[in-house]
Amino acid sequence: MFKYFPHTSDDIQQMLDIIGVKSLDELYAEIPEELKLHRQLDIPSHKSEVEVRNIIHGMAEKNRILTCFAGSGVYDHYTPSLVPYLASRSEFSTSYTPYQAEISQGTLLYIFEYQTMMARLTGMDISNASMYDGSTATAEAMMMCVSASKKRNRVLISSTFNENVLQVVRTYAGFHGIDLVEIPQKDGIMDQQAVKDLIENEDVAGLVVAQPNRFGIIEDFTGLADFCHEHNTLLAVNTVASALGVLKSPGEWGADIACGDAQSLGVPMGYGGPYIGYLCTRNALVRKMPGRLVGATTDADGKRAFVLTMQAREQHIRREKATSNICTAQGFMCLYIACYLSLMGQKGLEQVNRQGYSAAHYMHDELIKSGKFVEVFPDKPFLNEFTLRYTGDDDIRIRMTEAGILFGVPTQDLDNCFTIACTEKNTREQIDSVINQL
Amino acid sequence: MNNVYYGKLIFELSKPGRIGYSLPTSDIQGYCIDNLPECVTRKNQLDLPEADELTVARHYTNMSNNNFGVDTGFYPLGSCTMKYNPKVNEEMAALPGFNIHPSTPNAMAQGALELYDELQKILSEIAGLSRFTLNPYAGAHGELTGLMVIRKYHMQRGDVTRTKIIVPDSAHGTNPASAAVCGLQIVQVKSTTDGTVDIEDLKPLLGPDIAGMMMTNPNTLGIFERKIPEIARLVHECGGLMYYDGANLNPMLGVCRPGDMGFDVMHINLHKTFSTPHGGGGPGSGPVGVRTGLEQYLPNPQVVRNVDGTYSTTNDDQSLGRVSGWLGNFGIIIRAYAYLLSLGRENINMAGKLSVLNANYIKECLRSHYKLPIDGLCKHEFVFDGLKDEYAGDRHSPDHVTTLDVAKRLLDYGFHAPTIYFPLLFHEAMMIEPTETESKDTLDEFIAVMKQIAEEAKANPELLKTAPHSTPIRRLDDVKAVKEPRFIY
Repeated sequence: MFKYFPHTSDDIQQMLDIIGVKSLDELYAEIPEELKLHRQLDIPSHKSEVEVRNIIHGMAEKNRILTCFAGSGVYDHYTPSLVPYLASRSEFSTSYTPYQAEISQGTLLYIFEYQTMMARLTGMDISNASMYDGSTATAEAMMMCVSASKKRNRVLISSTFNENVLQVVRTYAGFHGIDLVEIPQKDGIMDQQAVKDLIENEDVAGLVVAQPNRFGIIEDFTGLADFCHEHNTLLAVNTVASALGVLKSPGEWGADIACGDAQSLGVPMGYGGPYIGYLCTRNALVRKMPGRLVGATTDADGKRAFVLTMQAREQHIRREKATSNICTAQGFMCLYIACYLSLMGQKGLEQVNRQGYSAAHYMHDELIKSGKFVEVFPDKPFLNEFTLRYTGDDDIRIRMTEAGILFGVPTQDLDNCFTIACTEKNTREQIDSVINQL
Repeated sequence: MNNVYYGKLIFELSKPGRIGYSLPTSDIQGYCIDNLPECVTRKNQLDLPEADELTVARHYTNMSNNNFGVDTGFYPLGSCTMKYNPKVNEEMAALPGFNIHPSTPNAMAQGALELYDELQKILSEIAGLSRFTLNPYAGAHGELTGLMVIRKYHMQRGDVTRTKIIVPDSAHGTNPASAAVCGLQIVQVKSTTDGTVDIEDLKPLLGPDIAGMMMTNPNTLGIFERKIPEIARLVHECGGLMYYDGANLNPMLGVCRPGDMGFDVMHINLHKTFSTPHGGGGPGSGPVGVRTGLEQYLPNPQVVRNVDGTYSTTNDDQSLGRVSGWLGNFGIIIRAYAYLLSLGRENINMAGKLSVLNANYIKECLRSHYKLPIDGLCKHEFVFDGLKDEYAGDRHSPDHVTTLDVAKRLLDYGFHAPTIYFPLLFHEAMMIEPTETESKDTLDEFIAVMKQIAEEAKANPELLKTAPHSTPIRRLDDVKAVKEPRFIY
């Protein structure tokens, strides 16, 4: 037979006899013959485990692992070895959504821990049990603004979001029928005057802002939430999760919704996924929240236990009236985040930010000193990511790539500019080596 | 899994002063984060746990012992295709060569792009369609993406009146929910008594406002919709497109392809059909395939193979837009590719056939004790409508044994419960999907236990009403969870 099929030919025969058919093919007797394939599928032939390893190793080796100075939403942070080790436990990974709470307390416990940690990081009351990624979490935040406001259909979004996030939000808005207005940037930050003019003069359901923004700049949202709330507009703040260790939290800004990607909390870069989107909000908006939610309760003996709750918001109960269509999300990645934050704690997360800050500022200054880069948005505060313009006329990114360095990401809409990120993994030696390559 | 209640939270194991990480001492001096303007920095404490490494290791290990997975035991959860998750797939997904930044230039990510395109091609052949995107993150995300393709197709033709989508009353809840997110109105079509789409009910619904129709085949009752060619013809004649929800693709592998049944757009759940772990609710992956003529509407970025054999990512102007930050849950894509290489063309048909064999075997063995509302061959799953009356007792008595009671009692015997109270067509629905990776021995144990439970229901209903008895915790107070909501510690 085959290693994933346990049936012996005797088993099959006995089972067919009980069912009352003569062959496996007869199990498909009701399907019209003209719909059947009647040939073997034209896909690769069966490979042994040795061959599977060889083929996929070969593909992995065709990718080049570069020293990473790229960010733009995805960051190369240190992951403690215990995190992937614990996450490999198949009691967790091979389970499904915890519908049977009595035998799913493991999954429910770590999601409850994750919800607590994310609520504390973002300074919000509650968190859901994950969204797909930061881009779709932002799109869900936009839809949540509209559904919470009932009669309003316009949402403002800062154009200082990374382009891939903006494209996802635009796509969702287009199909969902939301009037999405993109607020231009001025000197590298969202034009707050333009925001205020629109909110004052029109019915705006929500405003969605990015922190730090796509240039790496930390924006100042002082007073913005009050202004929004005076006009019954909801404020959603998207923050790089790791930066919440030191930056003012969405709760402190007065936000109604916090959303974003939690990849920066030690999740491997993995060529784009799996990552984990987060979405947090205030208690008052819980019924508008998309996604799964785990709550605490007690069992028949009074023991504390956890369960999926507030399911009347969800697709399997509410169908087309649900707050979202999301079903399977990124549940398992909650375990990743909970383990990471348990090990790192407040001190570790602060340390990560301090080192990223130092490395990025050192690299920024050295690149300027080299005379080959100039500031684009001078004197703007940044954490671990910044944007500079290259003054040379060659393709520096290709040259750097050949030297084994992923030299930032070309900045959208800005000629010859690069957005460069550092983390605690980037050493002075690595940065000096970049400078030497210039 | 063990049955010793653990129940602790990491916050309760925290002690000030403990750390669980080690970072190198930075050799960069002269920069200090405290120079950031005060107005943008955090004042509130984070209040995260403080724990050493062993405390964290034990905590999550003990927690895992209160969890049931496919590796623990039989998981006949209908509609979820809880098949074995092979370990070589995990090994391949963890290869360092795939842990690269998603903005890595294409020239330096050729292996990743090649794998993406190879899986895309395999899925297209399995589905009988032209091309797949692997960008959607989950089944419902695939549904949304596929519906966007359908809307985009109509809009590109200037046909803006098609704002309605037909969904059978037996459909998964995600179908109407995805349609609503996509801005479509839902028109429900009824099922006949044999559980299939009622064509006479469908006909009057068809018109110039119909964008398409969503179906699974086999449907949620595990019944093959024999009239699918006629349904597809009717929908196409009215100008709509056919959407195939791939949740139930497993039994069809290599036997009958959605493209050949007349479907135009579909999604596949890699975490169901192609063995990637469900992870307690994701990450999954929901690739979307389309027939010839619709490829340009798939989401950006798209992976293409160039004439020189290299691979690139491109953005098509006619695309519906973008649905994911990057190229989907790439780690899941690697796992599914490893699985399909292992199966190969020689074994893939057997996966489907054995899943159908297993489902029909359980059905035949248990119909003596459980109500079978729809007779005949099922495919990968089937639905019982609860215990037969002679076992369940009087419907109006407090001792009446329900499907919930049976499900909870199964947990005592070391089995996961089936999907219960879905589909909504039957009051006591119990949806059983064994998958092909379960042996006859396991099925026989399950069957014996299901019969034993029926006897218990008759002799001692209280035993079932108060089940489970041997799990780490007993039945939960769901009402309290809603009335006194507590979502954080």
